[in-house]
Amino acid sequence: MFYREAGDFKTSYRDDNQTFPIRLDRAGYWIALFVAFCVIPFFVNDYWVNSIFAPFFIYAIAALGLNILTGYAGQVSLGTGGFMAVGAYACYKLMVAFPDVSIVFHVLIAGGITAAVGVAFGLPSLRIKGFYLAVATLAAQFFLVWLFNKVAWFYNYSASGQINAPERSVLGVVVTGPNTEAWAKYMICLVFLVVLAWVARNLTRGMTGRKWMGIRDMDIAAEIIGVNPLMAKMSAFAVSSFFVGVAGALFFAVYLGAAEAGESFGITKSFLVLFMIIIGGLGSIFGSFAGAAFMVLMPVILKNLLVGTLGWPTEIAAELEFIIVGGLIVIFLILEPHGLAQLWRLTKEKLRLWPFPH
Amino acid sequence: MTTDMNADSYVTEDGRTIGPVVMDLKNITLRFGGVVAIKDISFNIREGEIRAIIGPNGAGKSSMLNVISGFYKPQEGEVWFRGSKRPQMKPYQVAQQGLARTFQNIALFEGMTVLDNIMTGRLNKMNANLFQQAIWKGKAEKEELENREACEKVIDFLEIQHIRKTPVGRLPYGLKKRVELARALAAEPSLLLLDEPMAGMNVEEKEDMSRFILDMNDEFGTTIALIEHDMGVVMDLSDRVVVMDYGKKIGDGTPDEVRNNQDVIDAYLGVSHD
Repeated sequence: MFYREAGDFKTSYRDDNQTFPIRLDRAGYWIALFVAFCVIPFFVNDYWVNSIFAPFFIYAIAALGLNILTGYAGQVSLGTGGFMAVGAYACYKLMVAFPDVSIVFHVLIAGGITAAVGVAFGLPSLRIKGFYLAVATLAAQFFLVWLFNKVAWFYNYSASGQINAPERSVLGVVVTGPNTEAWAKYMICLVFLVVLAWVARNLTRGMTGRKWMGIRDMDIAAEIIGVNPLMAKMSAFAVSSFFVGVAGALFFAVYLGAAEAGESFGITKSFLVLFMIIIGGLGSIFGSFAGAAFMVLMPVILKNLLVGTLGWPTEIAAELEFIIVGGLIVIFLILEPHGLAQLWRLTKEKLRLWPFPH
Repeated sequence: MTTDMNADSYVTEDGRTIGPVVMDLKNITLRFGGVVAIKDISFNIREGEIRAIIGPNGAGKSSMLNVISGFYKPQEGEVWFRGSKRPQMKPYQVAQQGLARTFQNIALFEGMTVLDNIMTGRLNKMNANLFQQAIWKGKAEKEELENREACEKVIDFLEIQHIRKTPVGRLPYGLKKRVELARALAAEPSLLLLDEPMAGMNVEEKEDMSRFILDMNDEFGTTIALIEHDMGVVMDLSDRVVVMDYGKKIGDGTPDEVRNNQDVIDAYLGVSHD
């Protein structure tokens, strides 16, 4: 009834190009941002941040990164976990080596290092496609995790083989280490997520994004109309790996506080992020958020429902959780193979007309 | 009125000026292993003209177009573009020189909207770097808006305003052909290659497409080389026609000359062997 385009006239191409062309969408976006920045930080506690917000924000960054590579540029990757590990270990080394530099720069540089590694492992994509490329990136996953476990220099020869985030602060507020306040953890992840999501949106709606999608949809035609396949694929790998690297750095430094490559960044991580973008929707910014939210929230909600409300024993609930989450994934994909983003899009299209049939 | 077609430039009967040679193909031979797809073919394309390449199936027409657009590398022969010999180039470099083309089987980006497809055609006109695009300020935004305006002109011209924001995958065949033409035209090419622009269309759609091709040539002065099977269309549209058969050139000239060429008649109608 209120979700309408009528009366919302666009008189310039700038207006027509905006991300949320419908007024209600724009309002919703600003309200969501306002609530996220100005309301939630005053109410969050450790439980909410550690089990919901921090993992959701960080996985959303990783999902955005993988979505750029797989959803937009069409290059399948199973190396997400390995690239997150690169971000985490680069961040750790930087934090230890340059304690005076702000962690924000450490995280960004860690992203840059991951981008370089991503480009190196992305080179095979010039020759191979599809499943074969997936296998090549799988090699990156196993190699990187092995490297961080084997070469002691990466974890500074610590006896446990783990890396531990030292205490660092931004603008006088502690954001890493055991003394971090819940809201500080929340804010740093949120800021990184919002800025990176904005960057992802800008890149994908401009010429870079069109080149990526051209390569995805029909690579030979794209090359013949002027897309340099080398540059398009490598920029996709670089940008994607940057996002994933930042996610890895935050995952280690802010969320976990201590990490071990095989355990924190194993192959399951790669699959988890891949599932997020498949369930959320390939080639969609919103889909990255929806997928990350689904995969992070579903287990939490189920646990609360089964243990808290129904009073089941924890261990049975834990097993059932897997079954139910798996079942839900299947149901969602049958319902809408193009993911939650498509479901959302269809709902909006219906809403535009509601309550009239035509 | 007689016109000297070998002059540097001349005016056609309908008043269009045909300029000097844009693309000159000299003794092109293309082999795939033992198969000779194109055998020692030479012809040229002049500025502002509509040049047709015709021939029976398997004559090597599409291979010829692929040689021109840099997708196939001929084993022998030279491609001269705007008065200089073209070195070995990747297809995207050829596109940067100002060549655009459409494909026999539509090669649009199905997952993108019509507008995005057409904007992709202008990628050589935009050179904001990754960082400018990431923050969507300055050059990136300015270029986006300028090129959007240019694309809207093409959209207007080809009468596809109503499907601007529709994903290409949802469009019917005839419209897809038109969108593909729009994508090629948006590049403002100095030479536009059309590979069977009217394949699979009904009479009405063919008439529309013919009108677009003529208008393009007339209004923008676009040089067009096209492959087409519909003889009526070819004879009506083109200034000069190259006829190929089994990889060889068997005729070259105005539609009238080609129509009366005995080799061409034999190739199309067959020769009696008794």
